[in-house]
Amino acid sequence: MQVNQEFKPKIVAFCCNWCSYAGADLAGTNRSNYPADVKIIRVPCSCRVNPLFILRAFQRGADGVILCGCHPGDCHYTTGNYYARRRMTLLFSMLDYLGIEKERTRVEWVSAAEGAKFAATMNEFVETVTALGENKRLEDLRCKAK
Amino acid sequence: MRRIGVFVCHCGTNIAATVDVKTVAETLGKEPAVVYATDYPYMCSEAGQNIIKDAIKEYQLEGVVVCSCSPRMHEATFRKTVAAAGLNPYMLEVANIREQCSWIHKDIPEATAKAIVLGRAAIAKVLLNTPLIAGESPVTKRALVIGGGIAGIQTALDIAEAGYPVDIVEKEPTIGGKMTQIDKTFPTLDCSSCILTPKMVECAQNDKITIYSYSEVEAVTGFVGNFSVKIRRKARFVDEDKCTGCGACTEKCPVKNIPDAYNLGLSNRHAAYIPFAQAIPNVAVLDSTRCIKLTKGKCGLCSTVCSAGAIDYEQKETFVEEKYGAIVAATGYNPINIDGYDEFAYSQSKDVVTSLEFERILKADGPTEGHLQRLSDGKQPKTLVFVQCVGSRESGSQHGCGKEYCSKICCMYTAKHAMLCREKYPDTDVYVFYIDVRTPGKNYDEFYRRAVEQYGVHYIKGMVGKVAPQSDGTLDVQASDLISNEQLHIKADMVVLAAAIEADKSARPLATMLTASMDTNDFFTEAHAKLRPVESPTAGVFLSGVCQGPKDIPETVAQAGAAASKVIGLLAKDKLSCNPCVSHSDPMKCNGCSSCANVCPYGAITYEEKDFSRRQDGSMIRRVAVVNEAVCQGCGACTVACPSGAMDLKGFATGQIMAEVDAICK
Amino acid sequence: MQSEMMKRASELLADGTVVRVLGWKNGEFVYDPTPAVFDSAEALEKDFVYHDFCGSNLSKYLIKLSKLEGKTLVFLKPCDSYSFNQLLTEHRIKRENVYIIGVPCDGKLDPDKVREAGAEGILGITTDGDTVKAETMYGEVSVSKKDCLLERCEVCKSHKVVVYDEMLGENGEENPESGRFDMVAKLEAMTPEERFAFWRGELSRCIRCNACRNICPACSCEQCVFDNPASGVSQKAAADSFEENMFHIIRAFHVAGRCTDCGECSRVCPQHIPLHLLNRKFIKDINTYYGEYQAGAEEGSRAPLVNFTKEDCEPNVVYKGGSK
Repeated sequence: MQVNQEFKPKIVAFCCNWCSYAGADLAGTNRSNYPADVKIIRVPCSCRVNPLFILRAFQRGADGVILCGCHPGDCHYTTGNYYARRRMTLLFSMLDYLGIEKERTRVEWVSAAEGAKFAATMNEFVETVTALGENKRLEDLRCKAK
Repeated sequence: MRRIGVFVCHCGTNIAATVDVKTVAETLGKEPAVVYATDYPYMCSEAGQNIIKDAIKEYQLEGVVVCSCSPRMHEATFRKTVAAAGLNPYMLEVANIREQCSWIHKDIPEATAKAIVLGRAAIAKVLLNTPLIAGESPVTKRALVIGGGIAGIQTALDIAEAGYPVDIVEKEPTIGGKMTQIDKTFPTLDCSSCILTPKMVECAQNDKITIYSYSEVEAVTGFVGNFSVKIRRKARFVDEDKCTGCGACTEKCPVKNIPDAYNLGLSNRHAAYIPFAQAIPNVAVLDSTRCIKLTKGKCGLCSTVCSAGAIDYEQKETFVEEKYGAIVAATGYNPINIDGYDEFAYSQSKDVVTSLEFERILKADGPTEGHLQRLSDGKQPKTLVFVQCVGSRESGSQHGCGKEYCSKICCMYTAKHAMLCREKYPDTDVYVFYIDVRTPGKNYDEFYRRAVEQYGVHYIKGMVGKVAPQSDGTLDVQASDLISNEQLHIKADMVVLAAAIEADKSARPLATMLTASMDTNDFFTEAHAKLRPVESPTAGVFLSGVCQGPKDIPETVAQAGAAASKVIGLLAKDKLSCNPCVSHSDPMKCNGCSSCANVCPYGAITYEEKDFSRRQDGSMIRRVAVVNEAVCQGCGACTVACPSGAMDLKGFATGQIMAEVDAICK
Repeated sequence: MQSEMMKRASELLADGTVVRVLGWKNGEFVYDPTPAVFDSAEALEKDFVYHDFCGSNLSKYLIKLSKLEGKTLVFLKPCDSYSFNQLLTEHRIKRENVYIIGVPCDGKLDPDKVREAGAEGILGITTDGDTVKAETMYGEVSVSKKDCLLERCEVCKSHKVVVYDEMLGENGEENPESGRFDMVAKLEAMTPEERFAFWRGELSRCIRCNACRNICPACSCEQCVFDNPASGVSQKAAADSFEENMFHIIRAFHVAGRCTDCGECSRVCPQHIPLHLLNRKFIKDINTYYGEYQAGAEEGSRAPLVNFTKEDCEPNVVYKGGSK
């Protein structure tokens, strides 16, 4: 696939406070590199992430959105990620159904101990989204105007 | 628009080396709402905090953004700072430009640009922050300790000493744990039982301590200060209050061929048994899977010999429900199962034993009554080979049960075993194969040196490749000596394997019940590896002993005391301030559909009929959701389940998160 | 059927069982009957109608009517009864204030299809089996009913009224082999580019009239997020292509697991956007991933999105299987 070297994707990563945000911190502590294109938004739990937020990010020009939470069974709030798992499965399936590249959306479970996994996940996701190029199908051009 | 101040921290060079902090402060200073922006080498220092406080007063700031390390590190610090200057502590946002920026990016312009975006997102959020006031919840002044080994015992004793009631839940019929099975303890070589059993007795006699032996935690609900725990007391078929521990039933019981767990199956016990002589409580148990009366309805011999009338074949398991302010996990460890290590012939030869089995052989109440004997023929071994790191520091999973971590205690106990052999039986030859000898700790390395220099133990750097049982009953140990670079064959009488230790299997389901996090090895995660080593990230849950990571007895006792002091600190409070970042429902928008209550893990949402008398459309009284703020933990599941958007989360409101999204995507 | 319904309604009004009747009356034209409330036998006599254009789902109106004093009599078709159950599950309707008469249904007519079949200027209709006799401004025209059914009736999931106090006529059966997901499957089989083109073609016609939302029994929020300035997505009209997508994705998501597939959204859409294909996608996915679930089939069932099992599939199932 032809990769546009100039293109720097905008990636929004929603991370739950207890596992994935801590995992992201650990990636930092371990100095594990991943592209600066990834910007993290801290939420208490993956179940706080409303499909609205994901659509909003795409609307405002994000090229990829990833949601990270505790591994199923390890949710700080016991069950939050189970609900997030269903919601995101259905939402992503719907986006795909509407013809929007499903590779732009992702859910990954990253524990507080998995700094390396966090960095690897972000590297891989950025690579995937970079290969897809700019998000044209979802973006609101009006919002992008400077 | 609110007046916002931005404070950019250098964190020495941690941030400043990769992020151009001056540019970040300057750029963010031009954001519409920002009236003051500055940078400083250490914002978390007293001088740094004073800069924030002074600026709040001088510029009448209404919101503060600190661009620094992770909020998991210093959010609490800076909240106190802004509160000290008269702002609501929740009018603060932290932009994480260290862990999530300077530490992971190398390119200065790129990292600087990202830091600015993260700062903008924090500004966008803080503009929508609302002052929050933490509610209060009472503290139940009682602690629960899960696990009755030395960790749990020490924690319970220390808590009780401070005057608070404490319950110990132990899944075995007696407290004491692994330490009861150990012969001598390093580095002093004093008798394990002699230092442990007085503490066990103290637990039994302390009127602040309740021991629930042969019991397990069934369910945990609630939150810090207000846990509710359901404890399952397994049926032991013996009335604990009546049994005097005389042992008559255990002697008369006709079923005798049950592997004795106390001796790791190296000897047998009866179906009616007391685990060992110093058991606490000193009460018999009937093994329900083997007792003839309980399985077939016949026998009943124990009942006839029990003069106290304590045998109760009809006993059922019971449940205790108790409230606690704090919970301590002290679930301990087990050696891994090494059946898969065929190269060491563990399953093939009786004379290949694990170190814990070796402890049983050395201990006076063990299967050989403390005499060093081969289990195959009862002869005293002349040549012993100790193999270290069996299953520890093992990368990959060639055996399926190896651990990547160092089990930490093996080097010292192996030195101890080697030393004890040589001391009691000077005619023995003792070899120890090691990858590294790791003996840091007070008087530890001296101890190891004594084994080598004073007791003449042969330490060989190298791994044992194969242990082959020979027809003459000896074991051919094939190994490589990495220092002299030669292959060795040692004709050994006994081989002792230092099996790795792993977290007890009960820890994982317990962690789920406690909503406490664990690492990939099933050890409980501490709230901070250095600064909060005995606290779990889940408030009110504390960690004691090996359940947090491999450690020896002195370390375990130290940590147990530390956990106790944290518990005491918590129980000493009459009230705790609650997390104010909780859900709330707008009754005007609420449909009363129960979607939120369906997903709430805490049962924090109830419904009431609310009168909207000013409405003209006939629907004056409607069912609406009400959040119990003391019970809500702020996960936000309800906010997404709510179709009408009536439910929102303080501190992480829909509007705030959307504003962050917008700022990042701009 | 109409006269039986009126007779029973009058009796229940007369003996005081109910104080009002929720039914249909003709709109400006016979083919656009609207829901109506009648409080007397005279009112019923004057306006009450029930014929094959009476497609609208009455359950939603009970949210408010059931909170009024006295019982409301409602006629529920099979579709409507599922919606009614769903609203009961969500505590939106006071069951004790409703008296339900179940009416069997063998499909309702799509006025456009009737027109296309040659019946312009309809003044009245009668149905006998498959024959629809339309009295028109140009004389009587007969059309075949099965050629003129609403889409949702062509793939009717159930002829069974699932909740009622009494039935008029014989209750029907569920119809699991309806083929209602065939079109979803067809779309899934397309390439993403084709799907994108298909949906742009459909959704770009949206004029944000909100008819789909207003008719939907599941879209019965006290205040819709799209009308709530604090939600961040409030809109009066879709200003751009994304907002059309956003509105319809969010609307479908909000009713996912709660949508009974009554098909009202597509029936009322003035732009003829096949909105049911969004809802059915969710229903199909839910059935595939979490087991068969029919919202409203029984009162009190837990909607799939407020439920879970520990063994649920991971979201990456979307990348692996199903659509290309």
